[in-house]
Formats: sequence, C-alpha cells, structure tokens
Amino acid sequence: MKLKKNISVLDQHDKFGFWGGKFGGNFVPETLKKPINDLEALFDKLKKNKKFLSERDYYFKNWVGAPTRFIKLSNLTKHVGGAEIWSKVVSDANGGAHKIYNATVHCLLAKKSGKRIICGDTGAGYAGKMLSMAAKKFGLKCKIFMGAKDIKRQQPNVKAIKSNGAEIIPVYSGSQTLVDAVSECMRFWVANCDTTAMCVGSTVGPNIFVKICGWSTSQISRELKIQILNEFGKIPKRLKLYNCVGGGSSSFGFWHEFMDYNKKQVEFIGVEAGGPSKSKKHAAPLTYGSKVGVLHGAAQYVNQNLEGQIEETESISAGLDYPGVSPLHCFLKDTKRARYTAASDEDALKAFKIVSKYESIRPSLEPSHAFSVAISEAKKLSKNTIVIVNSCGDAYKDRKILKKKLGVKL
Amino acid sequence: MINAISKAFNLAKKESRPALLTYTVAGDNTKKNSLKILKAISKYADICEVGFPHNTPIADGGQIQTSSFRAIKNGVKIKDVFKIVKDFKLSEFSKPVILMGYFNMVLQYGQNKFLNDCKKNKIDGLIIVDLPWPENKKFANRCKKRSISFVQLISPTTSKNRLSSIIKESHNMIYYISMLSTTGGKLKVSPKKIILNYKKIKRINPKKNCVIGFGITEKSISKLKSADGLVVGSAICKEITSSLNNGQNPVTKVSNMVKKLKNKIL
Ligand SMILES: Cc1ncc(COP(=O)(O)O)c(C=O)c1O
Repeated sequence: MKLKKNISVLDQHDKFGFWGGKFGGNFVPETLKKPINDLEALFDKLKKNKKFLSERDYYFKNWVGAPTRFIKLSNLTKHVGGAEIWSKVVSDANGGAHKIYNATVHCLLAKKSGKRIICGDTGAGYAGKMLSMAAKKFGLKCKIFMGAKDIKRQQPNVKAIKSNGAEIIPVYSGSQTLVDAVSECMRFWVANCDTTAMCVGSTVGPNIFVKICGWSTSQISRELKIQILNEFGKIPKRLKLYNCVGGGSSSFGFWHEFMDYNKKQVEFIGVEAGGPSKSKKHAAPLTYGSKVGVLHGAAQYVNQNLEGQIEETESISAGLDYPGVSPLHCFLKDTKRARYTAASDEDALKAFKIVSKYESIRPSLEPSHAFSVAISEAKKLSKNTIVIVNSCGDAYKDRKILKKKLGVKL
Repeated sequence: MINAISKAFNLAKKESRPALLTYTVAGDNTKKNSLKILKAISKYADICEVGFPHNTPIADGGQIQTSSFRAIKNGVKIKDVFKIVKDFKLSEFSKPVILMGYFNMVLQYGQNKFLNDCKKNKIDGLIIVDLPWPENKKFANRCKKRSISFVQLISPTTSKNRLSSIIKESHNMIYYISMLSTTGGKLKVSPKKIILNYKKIKRINPKKNCVIGFGITEKSISKLKSADGLVVGSAICKEITSSLNNGQNPVTKVSNMVKKLKNKIL
C-alpha cells in the first residue's frame, strides 16, 4: 500500500471507492446508489468550478470566520519544558468547532441540488449544531439524529440545535450514541432520499461523504500552512501535528496540506479515545488493532466481535465515542504516514485541567485527548521541535461533565 | 440454473398465483421457536427468507431491528443460523431458503467458508442488503459457481442503465423494493404504481422471476397479486413481537398470519 505524492489523498481511491484497495467503498442498499451517484457528479463538477469555490471561500471567511487563530502556548511550553507548544484554535470558528466546514459545504451542495431538507447525525452535538446553523443560514429544513445518551450529556449543543429551529430525533437503539445516530440517519435517508440531502458528520460513511467532509475540513491546514510560513518563514525542520480522532474529520483537515512532506519533518499523530482506564471498552480501533470490517457503508478498522457484530464503545467524549474510523485514516495508518495512539478518559481530563490552568483556551474533551499525548511527548522533545495541537472544540458543551469530574465551573 | 427457487416459482405459476415469500430472523424469538415457525409457515409459504441478524442494520426499520436484536440477545451465531436452516431442510414441508443479511458478517466469517457452508446446509439463495451491483459481481459469481442464487435488488431509484445491467447479470430471482423505505415502512406508493414499475423490469426480461417486497401486509397483498412473488417480512416480525407482548404463542400466531396471507393471493 502506497501513498502518492502531488495528488490529494482524497482522490487516491480506485473506481469502487477504495483507498489502498481495501478501505472505504460503497456498501449501501440499492436505493442509495442513485442519490450517491448524483452527489458524486455534483461534487465533482462543483469542486472544479471557480464560482463555487469563491462562494465557499466567501462563507468560510465571512460567516465561519477564517482564519482561526494560530497561537503559541508560552506558559504551557514553559511548564512542560521541552518542545514549543502551539495551538490552532479551530474552536474560534463560528459555532465553536471544525464541524462547521463540512456542514456549510453540505448545505451549499444541497441548495445546488434543489433539496429543501437536510438530515445529519451528531455525537458531541457539534455536527448537529453546525448543520442546524448552516441549514438556517441557507434556508433548509433540518433534522438531526442523536443518541439518547448523548442528548443527556451534551445539553448545551442540544439546546443550540433546537434554537436554530432544527428537529432532534432521539435514537434509543443499541448504545444510544453516535454509531446508532449515524445508522438511524442513514435509514432516514434511505426512505427520504428523493427530497432530502444527507450530511454525514465526519469523514466516514460511503466514499463520497468521506471525500466531501475531508475536502471541507482541509480549510484548517490551508490556513495553518500560511500561518506557519508567516510565523517561521518556512516549514520547520521538526513539526508535529497532534489531533484527536473520532471519525477523523478534524485530524484529516489539520494534516491534508502537509501530506507530501517527509514524516521526519512533519509528523502526524492521531489520538483516539482509550475510554475509562479501568474499562476494556474503548473507541480506538487504530490503536488497539481492530480488524477491517464494514460499518456505515465503508470498510475500515472497526471494533467488532468475531461474528462481525459491531461492539459497544465507551468514552467520556461523545465526539470520539465511535467504533469505527475514517477509511482515510486506515489508509494513513497502513501507509505509515500517520501514527496513532490513545488517551484515556482520565488522561483527557488531566490535560484539560493543565491547559486551562496555563492558557486562555479551553479545549473540549475531544481535543483534550490530543493535548494529553502532545504534552507528554513534548516533554521529551528538543526545544527546536514545534508541536501543534488542534484545539478543535470548545469545552462549554462539556460543562456538566467537567463540573462533576473536576469541579470546575464554565 | 434450475434450482429449487425456480421450481417454487414454476409451481406458483401453474396455480396462477404469486409465490409467497416470508422473512423471519433466525433465532427470533429463540432458536427453537424460529425453527418451529419455519416449519409451521412452510405449509403456506413457497420460499422462506431467513435473516442472519446484524446489530447495525442500516436498511432495516423498527420491526426487523427488534427481531434482530432479540435474536442476537439470545446468542444467535452464524453457526446457529446454519443449524436452524439445516434442521428445517430435513422437515416434512421444507421449502427453498434464501439467507438475508449484511456483508460484514459474511466478510468476518470468510466469504468462501460462508458460501461453502451455505452449500453444505442446502441454502438456495442469498440476499446481501449492502452489497449492490456492481460491487457484488465477484461475490455473485462465487455464488453461481456453487448453484446458489444471488438475488439482485432493484429500487424505484435504480436508473435505466443500471436496471438493464443488473437484470442482465441477475440469476433466477430479482427483488424489487416497492418504495423508498427501510423495511417495515408504511406502503406510501399505490399498488398500481408499484405494479407499473414491476412491469418495467419484467419487460426487460420476462424470464427472470421478480418479487416485490417492503411494506406488504395483509391489507395490501391482494392488490399486488400479478407479481411473480411477494415478500412479507416486517409484518411477520411485528406479529412475533406483539404475540410475545400479549403472552401468546408466536408460532401459532405467525402461522395463522401466513395462512391468511396465502389465502389472499389464491
Ligand atoms: C470538538 C470535536 N472534536 C473532535 C470530534 C471528533 O470527530 P472527528 O474525528 O471527525 O473530528 C468531534 C465530534 O463530534 C468534536 O465535536
């Protein structure tokens, strides 16, 4: 398996939609073949269309708020005592997380296709919140599928979704988390694909959804590359990019523009959710060697039993609490371009405490996983190494959990 | 390929009626009961579709999900599914069996091993919900080599070009999905319209047996009588659920229901 240079990873799949011949694809019911083909055709056309690109850039700049800040975490750097630690504060984006990029692009596509309704899944509630915002902005009706457990633990985002006029459909099947929300959303699309567009909330699902999402979040690294060049005059000799990985949309977007650099110069570190340290359950299929299986229309490393039943996950962070992972990350893992590891619930909480103590940013539980690994590795790295962590979500949505676990009030 | 499935269709045609296909989940509500249900309904059904339950079924509605979760909770494994079918095939009124499920379970079991075990246990056909054409070409060929019918699905959204290709590469049975829906949805298209679409498929190749499924109940089944075959699934799964809720015997309840369904298409 090999990664090619000078061509976006997004386009390195075969005609059946597989990266590396085995990750991704389109394992979908017949009914979805047409809407998927239609979406593929529309996206292929528009991504080369200058007018569409300037429309995207217009909304990213004036509505999402590009660029998000790139800041040095001086106090944290001093405290850790090793590599220079920086952060790309993607939570600056309108709505408070990277999910706004994918949501905006999907609503633009839905408008072009003449659809009036858009449906989407959500775990942490950010994908749902952003889709409800974008739907409102572009005049679409919006339905959000969310696991009942996540509705309980991510109330601030639930409220935001409702206040944007979207309908929330609670999902009570299975573990009542993201995996069930995505399934239910896909079922809804099967039954309503003639009138409704679907937005998959991360770089998962059938091939085209992986591509649209990765294409959208790549805005993060487009901004970052310019910011790094402005700051350092060149791409540093040793650069390490840390990002949490749930479905993998923020990490992919954070890395995309740096793909062709040698990994000795620009290393990618993906941090999955290890779950509670005492529990065997986790949401880290790449770290813990899960087998390749099919979930939500795509082949990927996924937590499953020997029979192929998808296994329940556990993580304090609803956004990472997913048994599978993007085919793109499976491909980056097997081609060894990126390295993957996990942080436990406790690690993430500890990292949140440290970061919010020394700095003015407050990463949500998802990026706190990335901070945890970045901090512990930065300690051992030389002073001329540049560590950048994507702070891709704001912690306000986690206030209830943070109050309970750490006694902090947001 | 003249296998038991084709024979079942020929028999129904001789009696000038559509073939009746039932769908039940292996192991629902228990391994024993699901075998008993198969044995009881096979007096009336022409072909039995048997689901191997998956816990992330993206094309199934509430009724079949409930049946699947019940079966999984009862510990049903693929080997149990094969055992149930094997025992059914040894029974007096045994009927052709089509296994139906999701691709990941086949993948984890091993594609060749799965097909060999299908053959060994006398399974006549396979429906893999999330393995559409053309992705299913290789797998369908592997089925053909073992004289197992791979059943292609066609939906109202299937484009003209796809339609011809799919029909051309189909084996002896095609499954037309009546409407845009997961299983178990309310019939939201008129039977007339469904039959019209069905006829478009038949016109391309009248020789292929084409069944209609999704949303068919006791109420609607007689209006679709002109098809080669009709599939009832969710209504049966729902009957199992309601009989359990009411403390009734699911075997007799389901068997009565299938008997009624059959009477409506005679
Ligand atoms: C703040 C935040 N970070 C990360 C994630 C994980 O998703 P992904 O890996 O697609 O970025 C989520 C998902 O909900 C999220 O809300």
